[in-house]
Order: sequence, then structure tokens, then C-alpha cells
Amino acid sequence: MKILVTLKRVVDYTVRVQLARGGSGVATDGVKMSINPFDEIALEEALRIRERGAPVSEVVVVSIGDDACQAQLRTGLAMGADRAVQIRSAEAVQPLHAARLLHALNQREAADLILMGKQAIDDDCNQTGQMLAALWDRPQATFSSKVELDHAATPPVALCTREVDAGLETLSVDLPAVITSDLRLNEPRYVKMPDIMKAKRKPLDVVEAAELGVEAPPALTIDAYEAPPKRSAGRRVADVDELLAALRERGVL
Amino acid sequence: MARTLLIAEHDGTQLNPSTARCVSAAVQIGAPVDIVVFAPDPAAVAAQAAALSGVARVLTVAHSDHAHPSAATLAPQIVALAAGYDAVLMPSTTFGKDVLPRVAALMGAPQVSDLMAVLGPRSFKRPIYAGNVIISVSVPAGCPVVATVRTASFQAAAGGGDAEVQAAELTAAAAPSHTRWVSLSGGDSDRPDLQSAARVVAGGRGVGSAEQFSIIERLAERLGAAVGASRAAVDAGFVANELQVGQTGKIIAPDLYIAVGISGAIQHVTGIKDAGTIVAINKDPEAPIFEVADLGLVGDLFKVLPELEENL
Repeated sequence: MKILVTLKRVVDYTVRVQLARGGSGVATDGVKMSINPFDEIALEEALRIRERGAPVSEVVVVSIGDDACQAQLRTGLAMGADRAVQIRSAEAVQPLHAARLLHALNQREAADLILMGKQAIDDDCNQTGQMLAALWDRPQATFSSKVELDHAATPPVALCTREVDAGLETLSVDLPAVITSDLRLNEPRYVKMPDIMKAKRKPLDVVEAAELGVEAPPALTIDAYEAPPKRSAGRRVADVDELLAALRERGVL
Repeated sequence: MARTLLIAEHDGTQLNPSTARCVSAAVQIGAPVDIVVFAPDPAAVAAQAAALSGVARVLTVAHSDHAHPSAATLAPQIVALAAGYDAVLMPSTTFGKDVLPRVAALMGAPQVSDLMAVLGPRSFKRPIYAGNVIISVSVPAGCPVVATVRTASFQAAAGGGDAEVQAAELTAAAAPSHTRWVSLSGGDSDRPDLQSAARVVAGGRGVGSAEQFSIIERLAERLGAAVGASRAAVDAGFVANELQVGQTGKIIAPDLYIAVGISGAIQHVTGIKDAGTIVAINKDPEAPIFEVADLGLVGDLFKVLPELEENL
């Protein structure tokens, strides 16, 4: 069984993002970059599926981007992935383009399971996993907080608990399938120094995006970037009486 | 003529309040708005949708497999229906987020996620980086508008409408066998719905334990408010996941939001920015929640809340 995990290079979640001067985008010069946290959780789950005894032949991490994303792929290898593939693209791609590239790569890889983060914390789109499942014409289990694999079944089945607005929904999906991770699926492991050294010797293949024969889909144009309207701090009240008086004055009680 | 298609969210009998908010966004796009209801027996939900002001037509697609339809079931049917439309909208709930990208991919169209303002028929605002940056985007010519709507950014459409209800010209499709719905475990339905409640009382890590969370529930009950929680409180196991407010939980816009023992991480604040009045109660005077609160009270929640209840 082969598991493919997608890793996106994003601004680290601890960075307070600023607009670039002139409002032409988001300032990323000299900013710490990391694996999208949801993708890290997806990779951790792939590794745990193997550690729980499923016959996983290979865990492959994939990223789309310029050569800078090799750093995140190396981190993925250090976490325990066996092999990495960079789909080299100088331009940032939007979700549908990313899904088409991943689908094209998967024609070669033929994964049994594709694990992805439910969204990237930069564009917050929450689209690529669902789009890939559509193009692949396979099941999707999005926002999963628990994944139980029955690999002995024919075909293998994943029982996925999903965090939905109404509570926890459980879906049973046949593999191959796309599963996207929510925050509570697991806590990713820390990478140890010897693993970082070992990761340097693991294979990292580069595939040019243009070689995948994918037609670039229509994309949204971004016309402007702006800071959100500020919500300014109000006032401190000294005690409960003052709080209640202020709430009544505002007409919300 | 341009038309907008909106996919109703419901539980089989009740239209989800997110749909009425979505109608307001759809109306701003400017074209007539049709709502489609997929359900085993769509009549009751269709009647509620037809009563929303601004809705032109309600279409129904009846099939027993639509009791718990998967994205894989719905997407191809929505694509078939969407052929006559210039825009396809769903609320940015877990339902809409799950289904609509699958639709967009089949249509070969880009999706606008979390649409928060309509600038023109093909031009919108949406948040990125957990709401720290807002971008304006345009959908290219010749491409349908496919968007999930951030419901907290729009008021619910008024009632009093009287749209025509008709069966859609579409053969309802059976669910593919590769995806099977197993179960849904939800919170108690006696309380007001967190997503649409006018008042919300939310607790954070400061509440301390699942047992002590009852202090939040008591105040909420007294106020007729829904109960919410920060991610820290959910991760600590105080309450269930569906109560989480914030970037990866629910984005809400109540008239009154009372944050109790919540420090106010940016991911949490993202979920409450559109609230009318934000009240923060926290013992740490430096907690970032005070930077966004209209009214802040520094104090021990276990003293403040009982006093508050007593004096309401």
C-alpha cells in the first residue's frame, strides 16, 4: 500500500503576517517558512498508519513550488517519509491547478491513499483535497479527526471520523481515497537530529510541472490586498455592576 | 439571462440558518436566485426556502440517498444543474466546504472560499492568513462564479417571500457505493445553535475542567445564549469539537459575545470579529482578548460569573 502526502511550504503559523509595502501582497522576505501545520498532521497520520501495522510499502511526500520547498520535503523525509517529489513550478498555483498537477503525478504513482491537510494556513482555501478527489473520481473524507484503516478488507476501507458543524460524523470509504486532516487527528512528532542527517540520503525527485501535461485552469485574479478593518479595544470596567450597566446602555441585555 | 444557484443546507426537516445568510450574498450578486433542495422528502425544507425574501425559485431533487448525501453524490448532480447558471453558491459551513470544491473541480472553475463582500457580479472580498489580510479577487470572464459564503459577513434574508417550488429537471442519482455514511454524534439540540445565536457565552482554558465548564453553561442558559469554546478548551477535552469558535471552528457574528477565561489567540479572534459587542472576562490583564473587547473585566471568573448571574 502506497500513501501519498502533500506538503505545502507556508509562512510559519507563529508569524504575524504583514502586508508588503505598497499593498502588492504579503511580506515574506526573511520570514520563517514551514510545512503547513495541517499537512504535517497528515504526514504524521501516514506514518502512524504504518506503525499500527498496515502493510505500507512507501510513504511519499509531494510539494509544488520552486526549489525552496525542498526544505519542507527534507523535513518530511526526516519525519519518516521514504521518498519525496517536488513538482517544480516557479509560479504559485491555485487549488484547482494544484489538484490537476497532483492528479497527473498520481497517474504515475498510483497511490492507495492520499493524505492532505484540510487547508493551507496561507490562502485558507480548503479546496485542493476535495478537488483532487473529484478529478480522481474517488471518495473523500475531509476534516478527519480519526482514521481507522481496515487494510485486510477487499478493497481496504478507511473509517473516518469527521469534525462537522453538527458534531462528529463517521464515514466509511473504500480506498483509494483522499483524506484531509483536521487539527485533532494527532500531534506530529518532533524531528531528531539523526533523522535529519538520514533524510539527506533519501531520494528527492524533481518533476517539472510542465512535463506533467496539465492544462492550466482559469484562475482568480487578485486585485488588491488590504489589512482587515481594525476592531479597537473598548474600555475596562471595574466590576460586575459597571459591566451590566454598560451592557444595558448598549441595549444588548 | 444570468441566474444564481444556491444549494440549501438542512437536516431533513429544517433549513439551516446559514442558507438565509447565503441568500443575502446571492442577492447582492444581482441575478435572480434559485435554491435547490436535495432531500429524501424536500417539501418542508423547500417551503422554508421559498419563504426567504429574494428567492426566485426553489428546485427540489428527491432521492432516498439524500438523507446523508456525500460530496461524491451531490457534486455531479450540482454540476448538471449548474449548466444553466452563472453562479453557484454554498454557505462556508463544513457542508459547503466539503461539497463545493468537488463541484468546482468538475466544472473546471476556480472557487472563491469564504466570500465576505460582493464588490460586483464577478468580484469579491475574502480573508486569507486567518483573516489577517483581506484580498479582492475577480473571477475570469467565461467562467462561472463558484463561491462559499462566509455567513457571519451577511445578515439573514428576511421572510415573507413566496417563491415557486418545482421539481428540478434532473434525474436524482443514487449514491456511489464507495462512500458510506455511518453515524453522526452531536451535542444537545436544546440549546440555541452556536452558528446563528444572537448571544454566545464561550469558555477557554481558564475554565479549568469539563466539570467546571458548567459555570459557562449556567450563564448561557440564564442569557438564552449558545455555548462556545476556544480551541484550547476543546483540545483539553472540556467540551465537544462542535462548540469551537475560531479560524478552524465556527466563524460567528452574535450581537453579544462573552469570552470567559479565553486569552484571545488570533485564530480565536478571527471567529468573532463580526460580533456586535464583545465582552472579555479574564484574570490576566495582559490577555490579548482585551485588545478586541468592547468591555473588559479583569477578575476571577469563578467570582465574576456567579455575581453576574445573580444580578441579571
